[in-house]
Amino acid sequence: MTMPEATPTDVDGVQIDLISGARMENLASMEKIRLILDGVREGNIVILEEGLTPDEESKLIEVTMTEISPDEFNGIEIETYPRSQTADRSFLDRLMGRESTKKLTVIGPANQIETLHKDENLISALVSRK
Amino acid sequence: MGLLTNLKDSITRVTDRLFSESDPKRIGIYGPPNAGKTTLANRIARDWTGDAIGPESHIPHETRRARRKENVEIERNGQSVTIDIVDTPGVTTKVDYKEFLDHDLEKEDAVRRSREATEGVAEAMHWLREDVDGVIYVLDSTKDPFTQVNTMLIGIIESQDLPVLIFANKTDLDESNVGRIENAFPQHETVPLSALEGDNMDEVYDKVAEYFG
Repeated sequence: MTMPEATPTDVDGVQIDLISGARMENLASMEKIRLILDGVREGNIVILEEGLTPDEESKLIEVTMTEISPDEFNGIEIETYPRSQTADRSFLDRLMGRESTKKLTVIGPANQIETLHKDENLISALVSRK
Repeated sequence: MGLLTNLKDSITRVTDRLFSESDPKRIGIYGPPNAGKTTLANRIARDWTGDAIGPESHIPHETRRARRKENVEIERNGQSVTIDIVDTPGVTTKVDYKEFLDHDLEKEDAVRRSREATEGVAEAMHWLREDVDGVIYVLDSTKDPFTQVNTMLIGIIESQDLPVLIFANKTDLDESNVGRIENAFPQHETVPLSALEGDNMDEVYDKVAEYFG
């Protein structure tokens, strides 16, 4: 899974990838994680319209850890809006494996993005160049 | 062949879980770095077995391997509850070796420590998905609990339907604010304690027996 040909420019800036829910829908968990980490490791800010499932978040942390290397990649900064109380998932939803995970998620390289403020409906982040 | 073996293994694992009620439950102690997980694990282990689990330190990521203490028998109201305690490395999404340089470590040691820390976090996540039956989530009550790591981990624990208790640690410090943790995770029970001073351990053991017995 590769990103469509973006035009790499010499302009000194930060690339932001906004990935729709539709684009993520048919990807396997590892494909999603690769898509995110490949972007972040290039210094991009990745914004997911619909976020990841808890299991995918767990794997994202695990894979991120295996890729950290000194002076090259320090890991990720990730922010989502706090989920509304998770107890809202009905028994039937659990049975059917339906999860309400739709939450905007911002992910970036830990050394380039800093969360300034976060509450239930606002995430404010400072992004710096490499 | 490998697929069949894997399938057999997972079926065995599921049946083991279903039919071995008497086996001690494995309770993972999770939380961000420096919340006092090892201090708590040592306190529980010393109180009931006489031995400690691992070294404690104020430098983040002191625990870089999950450590298990088996058959910790806790006596409550004339009954005994046996659990295995798994002390896990603090979970984070980033590790920068330069932070260890502030703790007077040489670069080589700091790099090694950060590499071990990343392996430890990956290991902790793996344990959480595969190998624990319940979770004690430890937070430093002097710090803001509304962090992404806490939100994600509690979400992961909930999605696995694991029983979870939240421990608001470090109540011996002036800046401790237990109410903030109760507000952050109202869907779970929060128990205040100081693992270092041994404050409120009676309630801790009552709740552990109630939730994981």
